[in-house]
Amino acid sequence: MNDPPELGRSDVAHVAALARLELTDEELDRFTGQLARVIEHARDVAALDVGGVAPTAHPVPLGNVLRADDVRPSLDRAEVLSQAPDTEDGRFKVPRIIGDAP
Amino acid sequence: MTGVRDLAASVRAGERSAVSVLDGALSAIADRDTEVRAFLFVCEAEARAAAEALDDAVRAGSDPGPLAGVPVALKDNLCTRGIPTTCGSRILAGWHPPYDATVVARLRGAGAVVVGKTNLDEFAMGSSTENSSTGPTRHPQDLSRVPGGSSGGSAAAVAAGFVPLGLGSDTGGSVRQPAALCGVVGMKPTYGLVSRYGLIAFASSLDQIGPLARTVEDAAVLLEVIAGHDECDSTSIDRPAPMLVRSLDRGVDGVRVGVCAELVDGTAPDVAARVEQAAEALEKAGAEVASVSVPEVRFGLSAYYLIAPAEASSNLARYDGVRYGLRVPGHDVAAMNVATRTAGFGPEVKRRIMLGTYALSAGYYDAYYGKAQRVRTLMIQAFARAYERFDVLLGATAPTTAFALGERVDDPMAMYMSDVCTIPSNLTGDPAISVPFGTGRDGLPVGVQVLAPALEEELLFRVAAAVEAAAPAGDRTSAAGAVR
Repeated sequence: MNDPPELGRSDVAHVAALARLELTDEELDRFTGQLARVIEHARDVAALDVGGVAPTAHPVPLGNVLRADDVRPSLDRAEVLSQAPDTEDGRFKVPRIIGDAP
Repeated sequence: MTGVRDLAASVRAGERSAVSVLDGALSAIADRDTEVRAFLFVCEAEARAAAEALDDAVRAGSDPGPLAGVPVALKDNLCTRGIPTTCGSRILAGWHPPYDATVVARLRGAGAVVVGKTNLDEFAMGSSTENSSTGPTRHPQDLSRVPGGSSGGSAAAVAAGFVPLGLGSDTGGSVRQPAALCGVVGMKPTYGLVSRYGLIAFASSLDQIGPLARTVEDAAVLLEVIAGHDECDSTSIDRPAPMLVRSLDRGVDGVRVGVCAELVDGTAPDVAARVEQAAEALEKAGAEVASVSVPEVRFGLSAYYLIAPAEASSNLARYDGVRYGLRVPGHDVAAMNVATRTAGFGPEVKRRIMLGTYALSAGYYDAYYGKAQRVRTLMIQAFARAYERFDVLLGATAPTTAFALGERVDDPMAMYMSDVCTIPSNLTGDPAISVPFGTGRDGLPVGVQVLAPALEEELLFRVAAAVEAAAPAGDRTSAAGAVR
């Protein structure tokens, strides 16, 4: 199988944008070097032939957990909202969502 | 040294007040925590109110429970209603959770007194407690060294004698490794044994809350209180909590112990020597000891550092400046998200988020995340094979004793190597415990790790008690300078 390509500066810039992080040029250089070393180490795993082995997402079998649809007390709305950066009329308030065209 | 059972018994009997026990803890913290910096926040008023209520209850003839009046330190990624919970991150500075984690509610229900929140690597990502936005915790025996991490604050608080019990979380060794470095007991339960409700998520398929204590018995008492089914955690195992304390002294006669080569080779010679010494002691105590190889262990580090960041990148997407924590203004919501996350997360958290995003991204998913998940299967199968021949496995907890502050902070890969012996149990979901066993050449503590199959906590603690009983006399709780 083909080895995945080395991790480079443009990859780090791309994932930073996906993760909603902004990096300075200096950070981009530093993180690229550090992350490339971790990915380099992970090549032992990437090179393994694990055809026919099922993936494990979780150490114990997961299933839906259901309960009776009864009304129960939940978190206090005022207490939750008291911890939010901004609120209005009992709701979370955010800056405008429709921005300038990218 | 009084165990927590005796301490609680004296409070339950009214011989000692919970307030006086608390005062002892607070004065120890006031004396030394300015240099150790185990605590991020000491909730003195809340603790005093709780202790007074306990004393009132005892006077009124009721029994506060098995941890009556016992002071406990909580890692600051466990939600405490009305008490700051920050994960050591700027992004959650000043946040007061609107609910208690299940473990916190169970501690209070058992009569324990929460004295404060302890330092950690930001969002539990690290192995030294240096990645905290408020600065590092220091090793109580040698302030120039790290206490390990990420539960370094709780481990240091127990090791320094501030409190007898602490809780941490263990995603890749974050309870066991600092326990080993600080010379205390630290244990990761079977995945699903302890509810994760109210534990702020790092890597959900690996995270598990575990006890830190001065002795194996104290850790067992604490685990009995926090374990058990919780309907608020869909991964909680639906069976009764194990009874651990009653069988601690049953010995290890006939127990098959496998010394796992991959958990010894590659550790420092003085650490490896302690593991061999512990194995000999178990054999003398009647165990059948042999060596075993689990070669898949050598892929654990790589698999872990793909799986854990992948899950973290997803879990930490919730810190977007909308519902809690920091918000840095932006001209629209996307700009606000970017500004908030860029200012709010420290470098290691950013590294892991980016690493996880990369491992999950189009074109690399199969090569990295998909492979790592399959290696996880191989690891589970390999340990299952080992447990056909052995009841428990033995190895080192950490490759070295406590390292110097700053030594690995700029070299993530070197830091990640600290977790090489503890990661396998997180990948498999099995329980493991670190027991102090003498010191290394530098006079600092060494931890020996016992591993067991899922839900075999009773056997795990029994073997751990035998290891503890055989630990080299004198230096189990000795201060630095016990170099021999």
